[in-house]
Amino acid sequence: MKFGVVVFPGSNCDADCLHAIKVVTGQPVEYIWHKSGSVDGFDCIVLPGGFSYGDYLRCGAVARFSPVMTPVIDFAQRGGLLLGICNGFQILTEAGLLPGALHRNKNLQFLCHDTHLRIENNQTPFTSLATAGQVIRVPIAHGEGNYYADTATIQQLEENKQVLFRYCDPQGEITPAANPNGSVNNIAGICNRQGNVLGMMPHPERCAEDILGNTNGQLIFQSLLQQWQRRCG
Amino acid sequence: MTLEPQIWREMGLTDDEYERIVTILGRQPNYVEVGIFAVMWSEHCSYKTSRPALKTLPTEGPAILQGPGENAGIVDIGDGQAVVFKIESHNHPSAIEPYQGAATGVGGILRDIFTMGARPIAVLDSLRFGELNSPRVRYLFDGVVAGISGYGNCIGVPTVGGEVYFADSYEDNCLVNVMCVGLIDQKDIKKGVASGVGNPVMVVGAKTGRDGIHGATFASEELSEAAAERRPAVQVGDPFMEKLLLEACLEVIKTGYVVGIQDMGAAGLTSSSCEMASRAGTGLEMDLALVPRREEGMTPYELMLSESQERMLLVVQQGTEEKVTEIFAKWDLDSVVVGQVTADGLLRLKEGDKVVAEIPAKALTDEAPVYHRPTEKPAYLAEVQDYPVDALTMPDDYNEVLLKLLASPNIASKEYVYQQYDHMVGLNTVVRPGSDAAVLRVKDTNKGIAMTTDCNGRYCYLNPKTGAAIAVAEAARNLVCSGAKPLAVTNCLNFGNPEKPEVMWTIWQCVEGMAEACRNLETPVTGGNVSLYNETKGNAIYPTPTIGMVGLVEDLNKVCTQGFKQEGDVIFLLGENLPELGGSEYLKIHFGLEQGNAPVLNLELEKKVQQLVLAEIKSGLIQSAHDCAEGGLAVALAECCMAGNLGADITMVRRFRGDALLFGESQSRIIISINQEHSVELVKKMVEAGVPYTQLGKVAGDSLLLNVVNPGCSGCGGNLLNLPVAKLAETWRGAIPCLMQ
Repeated sequence: MKFGVVVFPGSNCDADCLHAIKVVTGQPVEYIWHKSGSVDGFDCIVLPGGFSYGDYLRCGAVARFSPVMTPVIDFAQRGGLLLGICNGFQILTEAGLLPGALHRNKNLQFLCHDTHLRIENNQTPFTSLATAGQVIRVPIAHGEGNYYADTATIQQLEENKQVLFRYCDPQGEITPAANPNGSVNNIAGICNRQGNVLGMMPHPERCAEDILGNTNGQLIFQSLLQQWQRRCG
Repeated sequence: MTLEPQIWREMGLTDDEYERIVTILGRQPNYVEVGIFAVMWSEHCSYKTSRPALKTLPTEGPAILQGPGENAGIVDIGDGQAVVFKIESHNHPSAIEPYQGAATGVGGILRDIFTMGARPIAVLDSLRFGELNSPRVRYLFDGVVAGISGYGNCIGVPTVGGEVYFADSYEDNCLVNVMCVGLIDQKDIKKGVASGVGNPVMVVGAKTGRDGIHGATFASEELSEAAAERRPAVQVGDPFMEKLLLEACLEVIKTGYVVGIQDMGAAGLTSSSCEMASRAGTGLEMDLALVPRREEGMTPYELMLSESQERMLLVVQQGTEEKVTEIFAKWDLDSVVVGQVTADGLLRLKEGDKVVAEIPAKALTDEAPVYHRPTEKPAYLAEVQDYPVDALTMPDDYNEVLLKLLASPNIASKEYVYQQYDHMVGLNTVVRPGSDAAVLRVKDTNKGIAMTTDCNGRYCYLNPKTGAAIAVAEAARNLVCSGAKPLAVTNCLNFGNPEKPEVMWTIWQCVEGMAEACRNLETPVTGGNVSLYNETKGNAIYPTPTIGMVGLVEDLNKVCTQGFKQEGDVIFLLGENLPELGGSEYLKIHFGLEQGNAPVLNLELEKKVQQLVLAEIKSGLIQSAHDCAEGGLAVALAECCMAGNLGADITMVRRFRGDALLFGESQSRIIISINQEHSVELVKKMVEAGVPYTQLGKVAGDSLLLNVVNPGCSGCGGNLLNLPVAKLAETWRGAIPCLMQ
């Protein structure tokens, strides 16, 4: 299984994603330059965190026009596995691959700390190794992670089980206090209707090694690998 | 044409300095040349006042690869790798425009690190403000933190530690000291030298604008009421541009085409060009008409003095210009050849064919004036040191005092600050902010780098020499508590107006104390920065010689943290409790006093304690280790409890005042916990090493209990502390957010 990590100008979690994928899956992984016109040969593409184009104007608003986004969007529409983390999630919403938008955090400050996430749907390629309702600890690091969509969209997301992760307390309860940024329904990550595109604000690549004190993030990369092996073995 | 005296005086030159320029040049300088001399001979660039004192600091040691004089210091960490690190101040800009002042402080120190070829892996911030009950202070505090967050988070270098202090003396003149740590393969080390006659000189990165002109001069005078008008002297940062510059520079350096490289920091193109030429003993000729600019009509004077951010000066091997340009173009950055290295030792600036300035490069650097300013011991010292601390009434309720101390912003959790910093990006942060020191792993090895910044300005105010020595000792202690061997120091000397003999005296005292501690603890100084004229309305800040220190963790599996680990573990205090209350946070919080003498520092004892703790962390005996600092033993125990979410049951013999025992800030003390079965072995080792110790009690329950016994006095004993850990944590965590609401 071959992973690709897109490098936009201003991406700063690109090296982290590459490292985590290599360490966790042992699979080949390469950078994809933002000026690249093709993503042929990749089985899963990651849009990493950071401040693409400085996040000037609006987070992800400029990156969405990068040359590489044309083949990336095409890849996703053909069912390719696409994971957007943090700034990557913001780019996915700007590109229209996922609904909604990420507003500024409700306290208007950048926040970097551990959060607990309840896995709401384990029937996706990103979460297949999870048990239903499993709680994992994954750090956030963002200033604009406050997920918003209109009521009808939220209803659709909920009905279609597109909400994959919700901020919760350590026991798995969905409470206002566990919601770090004001997201509607404590939403931390959603997928598209087909289930092949995931956007999430928390950083699984930051908790995928013992030395960093937490390996909960491995679950996502391992799920991707297991799903791919099952399909393409 | 002779210039009016008014011109050079406004640029900050004295008449004597002007005469010296005339002598050096053998003629009258023109306007551009005076501007260049003024900025290079400013205190900020020339260190003309502090240089005699700085020369007395120890700078050599077996691990030192680069001492003072370059863009940053370098220490060997084995395996052909090295750590590049430096601390720098951005006080004056931050006091005027906190967001941009702090942001560009981060940007500037990052460039000092990657200009040497190192990838920055961490930033630490040492911040000082007035008291949080002032609205102006809250504005500065929030602005500075947001500026650091905005710049550091965007560029993707984690901000992993530092310190924040609050005291009235910093009310109008906050201190923003930023330290950056980078990692490099020794073979890739680059220096700021313009060698190789005929080699092209390139300006790369952002375009030059009119911002920050005379920023270095501004940083070399007192902050006055009119300082707000200096706002145009504060630069504006663009972290996105810096991220591109960082990646492009590291890529270019890897090619081997680069001969020398230097950041255009304070004094911009002026300082970078003359310093690179001066170090190499060469000259530089540049055509300023070729410098990419943001605005039409910029004069040579403006181009040379601009402090526009995110720019670098490169000297590359002849014939590689195109390849270098290709790499910068890949990152969408300008890179333009503006001149070449010459043999004549002159900085020659042209605009097209016309020569607009011609100055010997060394005249701007090595030949800058040096002042041996008069010193005088300040009169206030005797008064504060002799304050009758012993006559103060002891408190009735120690629980209440402990809670008050935990809620003091100087001691309270700084989570409000560090959760605004991305402290995890890079995947190296093994020990996060909030412990004694941050620890980062070195990928593909089993090594770690520990880092900290320390200085208690109040101690330095009460006793400059001891206070500065304590800053070094505490920094080393923090590293040792994390399981690291202290390697080297970078310092940031923040003082008032050195033209006042009393301020000059404290500078010398602080440097003496620092030198003595660095020599004893074998942590040489590799460079740093001096920030003087930190005064408003004639009042100087507390002398604040901030120490940044890095250490090496040889085995990442043996990293230690402050939190208690396991119920039943035995708690020891290493070092001695002395009846000292001077300079303590307790005196300030409970009595409103900043009086007395600083705690005594015995460097021999300090070294013994540190050596033993480091050895037994490495041997695996020690489960947790924590330095006893502000707030004394009681606060340190509370911190061990909160970090581990475990209680402690402590019994001590009381030989002097209970408040001094609990809240006094005696130095060279470390609280450790160990598994009970190892306690006999540890005691034996402490006795052998001659390290004084006290067995305090055990890790137990969910409350901090502290009882004292007093054999000579019935009725003097009893329970002094009994507080649930949850209550301690609630108070400690809630204090700063509550004040900021």
